[in-house]
Amino acid sequence: MSPLPSPDLLRTVAPPDLAPTVLFRVGLADEYLTVDSPVGPVFVARNGRGVSATGPAFRAGAAEAFEAAFVTRFGRPLRPATRVERGEAEALAAALREGRGRGVRFDLRATTPFGRAVLDMARQIPRGEIRPYGWVAREIGHPAAVRAVGSALGHNPVPLLIPCHRVVRSDGRIGDYAWGSDVKRAALASEGVLPDEVELESRAGLHYLGSDTTHIVCWPTCHHARRIQPRHRVPFTTLDDAAAAGYRPCRDCRP
Amino acid sequence: MEPTVDAEETLPADPLAARLARDLDGAFEAVVAAHADLVYGLALRSTRDPAAAEDLAQDAFVRAYRALAGYPPRRIRDLHLRAWLSRVTINLARNRARDRLARPVSAQLDEGHLALADTAARPEDAVLRREAAAAWQARLAALPRHYALAVELRHVQGLSYAEMAEALGRPVNTVKVHVHRGVALLRAAYEKEIPS
Repeated sequence: MSPLPSPDLLRTVAPPDLAPTVLFRVGLADEYLTVDSPVGPVFVARNGRGVSATGPAFRAGAAEAFEAAFVTRFGRPLRPATRVERGEAEALAAALREGRGRGVRFDLRATTPFGRAVLDMARQIPRGEIRPYGWVAREIGHPAAVRAVGSALGHNPVPLLIPCHRVVRSDGRIGDYAWGSDVKRAALASEGVLPDEVELESRAGLHYLGSDTTHIVCWPTCHHARRIQPRHRVPFTTLDDAAAAGYRPCRDCRP
Repeated sequence: MEPTVDAEETLPADPLAARLARDLDGAFEAVVAAHADLVYGLALRSTRDPAAAEDLAQDAFVRAYRALAGYPPRRIRDLHLRAWLSRVTINLARNRARDRLARPVSAQLDEGHLALADTAARPEDAVLRREAAAAWQARLAALPRHYALAVELRHVQGLSYAEMAEALGRPVNTVKVHVHRGVALLRAAYEKEIPS
């Protein structure tokens, strides 16, 4: 009888990349790449479930800070991308410019249902427009939860891709931002919303803008409001003032 | 060395399955680490192609994770992971093979494509072992798939016949016959190459 081989002679070893790839695909390990954005280079972390985090890449020591914050927050390992699909960086750059996460899958497992509702509402705000925290609270059906909305936006894991920078304080000031208020102002300026101007107008009592030809009143940055000819612009401080003057709220920006 | 035959009908509880039942996301990495060679080995026996085997092994683990995410903890705790993961891998391979038109795959199981277990101490032994291992890989790859899988599960991965029955979805007696025939075919192939 001829010998049978020992099991070792028949044993094969799994390729070293098998385990990391599996963990990436099921969403237990993430990888990040650097993508251009209107405010400078940005880190985008993702796994097989979708994009999980973004972070500013334009500061010294940004990579280390991003990796450390990610591990602390999500409890998963994060490493620079070993595989980038064709066109992925370009698609992410386009999504960062548009800032509504169109065509992007997100992994928001760590976000509460309330937080997701807030982020979904923020995604409705078009590029170049802003809304106050109170508007988001009302739109998601929790008009009293203004502070909770602010907190949920502050915990947005994917700033710029989900445009929490387009939500500002109800008193008209631009307000805080996870990456610093200077970045929020720069992001808005890149979309044509000039923060200094917005704050000045608000302080002067311009909170809403109506058109005396249509008798419709909008948020000042609504794309309809911006098409009103200067001579037809009618500023309002409160919606009650506008209603008293016979103006109805815009159906698009819903002031 | 032949592993001892597990004559028991029921399989012992798997401590890793208990961890998995408590914390799927926390323990899954350990499951992949513990069973990557098993899943890859079965994928290789099924596909006979290292690149296809890597894809299949990945997909099997992803499928396993998604299935586990939908199981209640008690069901996960009662799993015999080796047998269950083997079954997931073998079934996936079978479905793929059925979906695909039978494509002729050239035997490319040589040492250039395969990471073989290397346990030799001296370098000259390592060379001899690699050659011998490559030759045995080729013989195993030449077997009909169900025999190759039976030999892999029993002889290489050391599953009990009870585990094999669960992994292959066949009666214990059938898997025993497949192991014996597989081993006999391997011996015959070896003797044909090396006249005594």
